[in-house]
Amino acid sequence: MSEDKNPPVPEVEIEEDFDTRLRRARDLSAEPNQGGGAALPEDGKGKAMRIGTELVSAVVVGGGIGFLLDSWLGTKPWFLIGFLILGNAAGLWNVYRLSKSQGYTVGFDRANRSASEDTKNDGTKGE
Amino acid sequence: MAEAHSPMEQFEIKTWIPIQIGDFDASFTNSSAFMILSVLAATALMVFAVRPRAGIPGRWQLLAELAYQFIAKMVSDSIGKEGRPYFPFIFTIFMFVLFGNFIGMLPYSFTFTSHIAVTLTMALVIFVMVTVIAFAKHGLHFFSFFLPAGVPIILAPLMISIEVISYFTRPLSLSIRLFANMMAGHTLLKVVGGFVVPLGIFGVVPVAGLVAVTGLEFLIAFLQAYIFTILTCIYINDAIHLH
Repeated sequence: MSEDKNPPVPEVEIEEDFDTRLRRARDLSAEPNQGGGAALPEDGKGKAMRIGTELVSAVVVGGGIGFLLDSWLGTKPWFLIGFLILGNAAGLWNVYRLSKSQGYTVGFDRANRSASEDTKNDGTKGE
Repeated sequence: MAEAHSPMEQFEIKTWIPIQIGDFDASFTNSSAFMILSVLAATALMVFAVRPRAGIPGRWQLLAELAYQFIAKMVSDSIGKEGRPYFPFIFTIFMFVLFGNFIGMLPYSFTFTSHIAVTLTMALVIFVMVTVIAFAKHGLHFFSFFLPAGVPIILAPLMISIEVISYFTRPLSLSIRLFANMMAGHTLLKVVGGFVVPLGIFGVVPVAGLVAVTGLEFLIAFLQAYIFTILTCIYINDAIHLH
């Protein structure tokens, strides 16, 4: 309990320094992200835990879309088969992008290309 | 005894106060109770811990400030300046999931994040919100999201369907990851724990394993909250900075 009370130590020094420290903290939080999402602050552990579910859930979504289209249009089982394959492709595609640290950025090798593009139209990427 | 304590028993939803609205079962369950507990604990940490407003923070204030700084840095790193309006939402998500995971680590408690109904609801809210943000910011230009630049027009139908599936994968992978990790971890704890008494003196082996797995579970409890939050950031970033 006694640790909760702050020791009455260099209070003056802190007050002096506070404004500069606050400014520094604000600068830090206002810092724009570099690379428009290409470089994500994600470590290896976070990535490793994502890959498995990424692969599985894309297949589930593909199968689900296929199944719904089939039961709606009465074309069993063709949409299911087609969308399962597409779901597999999407899952592998997601894992590939994840391993390239592209996050969910659409497209192939976007991380390398976007570096030059982003400097061109800085901030307003909705071309 | 053994059959009375199935490893899955801990995930059972128990109705505490039955509430019926029309055909809709809105009962107050143990899951709801622990959700409220999680919200109250997170609120208490953020409200009471920073009450002293000390220049040199005490332990609790430091904890609250570290949590704030952690998410503030995550938001500014992954979204940038435009992410500031979404900080309260992201911080709330993080604290809710984190406290849900950690409260679930207490013996006899209930882990609401181990239910896909809870995680999928959160993921769908995030998914819908991100889609609405993208539409509000970019209008119909949003659909260009599904066609990568530089794709030959012949491949466009294939690429668009793959990208659409990949987009709809988001809420599912977000929710399955959290729920599966929490459920698997808690089941493992229970299964290993079930070996302790029947093995008699050799029960020390599963106990040692249990200690290690409990440590691992605490790591996973934090890590899953972190991943859930950072993916929310990534999705919001994608919606704001459409390619």
